[in-house]
Parts: sequence; structure tokens; C-alpha cells
Amino acid sequence: MSKRLTITLLLSPAILIIVTLFIGGFLFGLFQSFGYMPIIGQHDMSLDAYRNMFTDTKFFGSLFLTLWISLAATILTIIFAIITALAMRQTFKGRRIINFLYQFPITIPHLVIAVGAMLLFSQSGMFARIFYALGIISDQSQFPILVYDNLGIGIIYVYLWKQIPFMGLIVISILQSVGNDYEELARSLGANRWQTFRYVLLPLIVPGILPISIICFAYTFGSFEVPYLLGKPFPAVLSVLAYRLFEDVDLNARPEAMAMAVFIAVFISILVIFYKKLIKRITGRT
Amino acid sequence: MSQSAGLSKTGVIKKQSHKQRQSNVMRNIVLLGIIVGVILPMIPQLLWSFSFRWYFPSLLPTELSSRAWVYVANPNSKILESFIVSLIIALSVTAIGIVVGVPAGKALGMYKFRGKELIELIILAPTIVPGLAVIMGIQILFIRFGLSDNIVGVIIVHLLPSLPYMIISMAGVFANYDPQFEEQARSLGANAIKTFYYITLPVIFPGIVVGAMFTFLISWSQYILTIMVGGGRVITLPVLLFSFAGSGDNAIASALSIIFVLPAIVILIVTSKYLSGKSGGMGGFGSI
Repeated sequence: MSKRLTITLLLSPAILIIVTLFIGGFLFGLFQSFGYMPIIGQHDMSLDAYRNMFTDTKFFGSLFLTLWISLAATILTIIFAIITALAMRQTFKGRRIINFLYQFPITIPHLVIAVGAMLLFSQSGMFARIFYALGIISDQSQFPILVYDNLGIGIIYVYLWKQIPFMGLIVISILQSVGNDYEELARSLGANRWQTFRYVLLPLIVPGILPISIICFAYTFGSFEVPYLLGKPFPAVLSVLAYRLFEDVDLNARPEAMAMAVFIAVFISILVIFYKKLIKRITGRT
Repeated sequence: MSQSAGLSKTGVIKKQSHKQRQSNVMRNIVLLGIIVGVILPMIPQLLWSFSFRWYFPSLLPTELSSRAWVYVANPNSKILESFIVSLIIALSVTAIGIVVGVPAGKALGMYKFRGKELIELIILAPTIVPGLAVIMGIQILFIRFGLSDNIVGVIIVHLLPSLPYMIISMAGVFANYDPQFEEQARSLGANAIKTFYYITLPVIFPGIVVGAMFTFLISWSQYILTIMVGGGRVITLPVLLFSFAGSGDNAIASALSIIFVLPAIVILIVTSKYLSGKSGGMGGFGSI
């Protein structure tokens, strides 16, 4: 068997599934966004859906909220992943138990933690009760709004809980593959702990987590469940807004739902391509 | 002379141990943060699931009850049924994921070929572009081909977000895999099955475990794709949990959360050792 044939056989089932669902879905969505829906007798194509979308202030409110949530969640994830990974890589008593706990969030569905966040941070939640018991607040309405809030704090919290260990494990595996040599060398040359971290460890860690951080960002940008449960009805994140249009009983809202889906797909793809180029420039230089 | 050297030596040791202690304190604070942070959002569900009345500002439930658990166990509530439906879907997705993903991972991990970058791009695309955005478009075809409102359609659609993770894990282990071992085994007279079982499988096993874990969990926790293709007819656990979380019945939502987490805990106990760096199960994700 030629090498080319082997590779084709190995790859084709997976590629067939992904291409059919992904490219097929995108193209069908694209046609529907132009208003082309033969099933309900619509054959004319137009850009009306896009025009409506881009002149709607609701859309831009949603876009900014979505960008804010995904950016904040990703940056905070990176920071906490590095801090926790540095603590986790050493040997200490009870390491096995803490290691198990650290991996725990990876397997827990977002939904469960969204429910947890609701019960913890809402104005009748556990924290409001604790604050009340301590006399910090005298009424539940005084407790800050942390879920169904304008800034998506509850949503960001859930993403952080889920993503920190995921990225942290990758940082730990980077640190393990690097070993202690560079660090010890820097220390023996008189670098203090901060300098060792800043000039030796950080430059080793960062290139390794840049690619995965864009996956975190993209995941947060497009995910639906957590903001649907913990977000305000308005402004809602883009995916929630798109889904609401999609399930609208009025089929005339369909093209606009599809336009938004196409926008999400194209926007995130452009961001990723741009980001990859940026990474190449940064890591290529150092 | 020797005495002063000895003194300075002990001085250095003392200084180091002081700094060491400082770093230990910092580390312990971070570790404590990890413990508290991980456990925190799961405590309210444990309390709520056993509570009957729990009004503000009581710190603990005012009245305990097994109502939520009785409801969960009651066949009329369809909760156990939805658990089984979720399990069938997630296990099917995982099985298909392994059969399709292991060969693809092998091709990507072991071979260099023309067009490889394009193939990698196609495989990674679903991790970047949300499933919601593309499945919305193709849903109409699922209806056309009779794949909507049933389990088969849901299984197919769950493959989209999960398959890339299976392939990435496998590409990671195959990248470190030396095909010469296989050749040596074959030249020593082992047949293809024996070679796979004794040589290939042990090496790639951590990748299969981690990939299968991700595949299962992505399918297990999927809500929106299930709703879009299942049309409210395929009732999985997340579908029920979602409707209860929105209804304000905290006790039942909490009990459902706990049931929802159980397989995840079992899976973590089984896969824990493969997740940590050494065995390389997560290796593929560092080199995307």
C-alpha cells in the first residue's frame, strides 16, 4: 500500500464527518442568511438580513458583551493557570489528593457549575446569607448583583473554574518537559525568585500556552449554555441572541439568525488567523 | 579557617531555609485556594438537594426533606430514563470517536504529507467555530433526512464538537511513537493483531483514554446541539437540568446536578493518572 493511500484511508472517515457537518452546515447557513429557503418557497437572495443585523444596536451590545466575557475569562485563566501550576509542580504532602482535586473541574459539566454559581452568588445565595449573618448587609438587595449582571461576572466565574485546571495541566507538562536546569542555573547566577520567574520560566511557559489560549477564547466566545442560564436577557451574548432568532415562530427571523451564525463563524475565524500570525511574529522574534 | 567556613556554611543553610519557608507559605496559600475554589461551587447543590424550605437569610436549610431525591428516583419523572438516554448517546459518540479518531490521529501524528496543514485546519475548525453556528444551518437537512427528533441525529451532531479532541489526543501520542518497534515486532514474527496489542496499544493507550474522556464528556454535557437536532424529543439529562435550573426549583435542580456529575467523577478516578504530564495523554494539546 502506498503511503499516500494509507494516509487517505486513515483520515477519510474523520474528515468526511467533519466536512459534512461543518462545511455543509456553514454553506447551508450562508444560503439561508441570504434568504434562500426553497422549503418555504423563498428563492430570492438578498442581503437584508445582514443589513438589519448591522443596523441593530442590540447586535453591537451583544458583540461587546461577548468579547468582554471571552477576553476577561481567557486572560484571568492564563494568570491563574500559571500561578496554580507553579504551586502544583512541586512535591508536597497530600499532593495526590490535591492533584485529583485540581483535575476535577475538567470533567465536570459547565451546567453544574452554572447552577452552583447561581446558588452561591445570587442575591438570595449562600454568600448573601453569609454577608447577612456577618452584618455586612442588612437586606438581600444590598448584595452586589453578580449573576444576571451587566458584566457577566457569574458567567466569567464558571469559565474560570472550568478552564484554569485545563490550562494549568498544560503549563505543568511544559514545566516538566523543561526540567529544573534553567531555573537552577539562573538562581546560581544570582537571580532572585521573581527574576527567575520573569526571565526564565515565563518565556518558557508563554509560547506553549498561546495556542491553547485562543481555543479557550473561541470556546467562550461561542458557547451557549452558561450565558443562557446566568446572563441577562438583554444584552445577551451573540450565540444566545442568534438562537432566540432561530427559534422564533416567525420564519422571517430565520435569515437573520443565520446571518448572525455566519457572522460568529467568520468573525472568530478571522480573529484566530490574526492571532496565529501575531504568535508567529512574537515567538519568531524571541 | 575550617571553623569559619563551617560557620558561613550553616549561615547559608539558615538563610535558604528561611526563604524556603517563605516560598512554602506562598505555595500553601495557593494550594488552599485550589482546594476551596474547586469545592466551593458544589457545596450548595449538596445542601439544596436535601432541603425542603430554605429561605433567606438562613445559613442552613430550615427543613430537610428527601423530596428531590424521591422525585429523581420516581420512574414517572423520567429522570433515570434521561440518564440512560444520555449514557447511550455519549457512549455511542465515544465508540465512533475512537474508531474514527485513532486512525486520523495516527495519520497526523506519524506522517508528513502534502496538504497536512489544510487537514489540520479542518480538524481544528470545530474547536474554534462554535457548533451552534454551523448546526443551525444544517438542521433543516436533518429534518429532511429524518435525523431530527431522534437519537441517531443527536449522536451524529455530537461528533462535531468532540471528534477534534479525540484526534488531537491521538496525534499527540502518535507523534512520540516510534514505528520501528512495530517493524521489529513484525520481523520477529508477530502478526498484525499481536503487534497492535503488545506494541502499539500500550504506547497509545494514554491518548485513547484522554481522548475518549473528552469525547464522552463533551457529548455528556451537550445541551444546545441536542435541543436543536433532538427537538425536545430526545430528553437527555442536560435538557432536564436546564429546564429545572430555569424553573426556580433549586432542590430538584441540585439533585439533578449531583446525578449529572456522577459519571464525571467515575471517569476522573479512572483517567486521573493519564491526565498528568508524564504519560503524555495531554501532550497533544500543548502543540496545537
